[in-house]
Amino acid sequence: MAMIRDIFKRKRDEKEATIPSKAAKDVPEGLMTKCPNCKHITLTKELENLGKVCPKCDHHFKMTARERIVHLMDDSSFESVDDHLKSENPLNFPGYSEKVQADSEKTGLNEAVLTGTGSIKGQQVVVAVMDSHFRMGSMGSVVGEKITRAVELATKLKVPFLIFTASGGARMQEGVLSLMQMAKTSVALKRHSNEGLLFVSILTHPTTGGVSASFASVGDINLAEPKALIGFAGRRVIEQTVREKLPEDFQTAEFLLAHGQLDAVVHRSKMRETLSTIVQLHVKGAGSDV
Amino acid sequence: MSKKKMKTMAFEEPLIELRKKISELKEYTKTADVDLSSEISSLEQRFAKLEEEIYENMKPWDRVQVARHPERPTTLDYLPLIFRDFIELHGDRVYGDDEAIIGGIGSFEGQPVTIIGHQRGKDTKENVRRNFGMPHPEGYRKALRLMKQAEKFGRPVICLIDTKGAYPGKAAEERGQSEAIARNLVEMAGLEVPVLSIVIGEGGSGGALALGVGNQILMLENSTFSVISPEGAASILWKDAALAKTAAEAMKITAPDLLEMGIIEHMIPEVRGGAHHDTARQAQLISGAIRYSLKELEGMSTEQLISQRYEKFRAIGVFSE
Repeated sequence: MAMIRDIFKRKRDEKEATIPSKAAKDVPEGLMTKCPNCKHITLTKELENLGKVCPKCDHHFKMTARERIVHLMDDSSFESVDDHLKSENPLNFPGYSEKVQADSEKTGLNEAVLTGTGSIKGQQVVVAVMDSHFRMGSMGSVVGEKITRAVELATKLKVPFLIFTASGGARMQEGVLSLMQMAKTSVALKRHSNEGLLFVSILTHPTTGGVSASFASVGDINLAEPKALIGFAGRRVIEQTVREKLPEDFQTAEFLLAHGQLDAVVHRSKMRETLSTIVQLHVKGAGSDV
Repeated sequence: MSKKKMKTMAFEEPLIELRKKISELKEYTKTADVDLSSEISSLEQRFAKLEEEIYENMKPWDRVQVARHPERPTTLDYLPLIFRDFIELHGDRVYGDDEAIIGGIGSFEGQPVTIIGHQRGKDTKENVRRNFGMPHPEGYRKALRLMKQAEKFGRPVICLIDTKGAYPGKAAEERGQSEAIARNLVEMAGLEVPVLSIVIGEGGSGGALALGVGNQILMLENSTFSVISPEGAASILWKDAALAKTAAEAMKITAPDLLEMGIIEHMIPEVRGGAHHDTARQAQLISGAIRYSLKELEGMSTEQLISQRYEKFRAIGVFSE
């Protein structure tokens, strides 16, 4: 019994952990939060109740991985896995280990993705949530390994795999090892797919580079949050290459939707409902009469 | 091929100087009535020694220069020397034909194979047509179409990788550059035929990897495979693209580096000074490597091929637990 209480205690602690995000720097921390888009000021508590979406302009604030879990999953259903994996410094980049350590302390995560099992409206799934507060959500060996293991777990449990992506791309400090994580996660997804299992990718702000060019883009269903930046190459790189002005909405979720790259853009307030329905529709032999 | 016209690289300068001196002396002895043959032969010995010293001790940045050499043989240069009866097959059946990737069917020592390779140009005109070997989504989709075709007819797929990267452009984004690359990674994972990926020049990031999920990855000795160009890494890490040389060392992007890290299966030796010194001989070396690798994969069942590929990529990563 004591053990069970311990588990719940840990979860509560995790839930309440506050993570200073970059956006929070120019707003008064604490009681009120200012929207970086429309400058509207909202009670922080109210903003949290709204899933960190500005009530005035619908701006979707960045979420930490744990906030996302709380927002998405059934209460206390989430059990994280592979929190013990630790990044190394394979290319001996000066300062790299320290940066990873600092972000680990800041976010309470071992790396830029949180993975585990849980349920959405009673349906079991394996979920991976990337956290852009950790090294810009970049993918090195541990991120690739955690996602691969999560996909393998979903294959083993024969359940859907959901991923919320938020990443600047491959992590440079691990060089070609980072690049190869794109292939590693892909071979695992292929095996999951061959079992007839569902994979839903939810692209959140920002999803670019090697993450965009691997698992993020190959869901059976690809969803995105409104206004999320999604693209292969950076806007500046493209502007320098093509020497033309890019449209205002270039590489936004809406832009991708219009160009046939997404199945739907889903408001955060509808995300849990939408995912629950999608998962339900993929239960073998089940209709929507639940 | 005339060696005089060949572009030389910084690390070769001492060799060029010495060669010039030798030929000047030779010229001189023709007209003057002095015997300098012993001097010439000693200089030639020195040249041979220096050549060995320089080419046997190439630094990562030197290899980057060789990999990017304008005369470095491309997919189209190797094709007729390695394969017979090559027929190019065009188009992705969706949007267009991307000439930055060529593909087709042919035979390798009597065995039908599908060949797919990045293709950069050798001059400005061709580079414009081939977009400097930087593919758009339709290039990757053509590649995938040809891989699936190879699967249907049970023939091995041989990919030649040589690109700075997938093209970072507006149209490429609109047509789903990310998805095209990502799709190739996943679909290559499941191909039921042997897949060999050979890096013949630059292996630039995701744009290279999209032809790289093979049962084996082979690299020419002076080719590179990296997550970002040395210049890009230097400008991001140290805000100075001029530090590319340092980045090239630090990032571990050369064939010997990747072999040591266990990411590639074999390194294909290059003719002295780089493949561009003798394309025909280099083609023979590549043929030998293809023969060897196909032999290693011969007799593997469909399931074995897929699971071998799975295990290969599954094992890549450095971390502790």
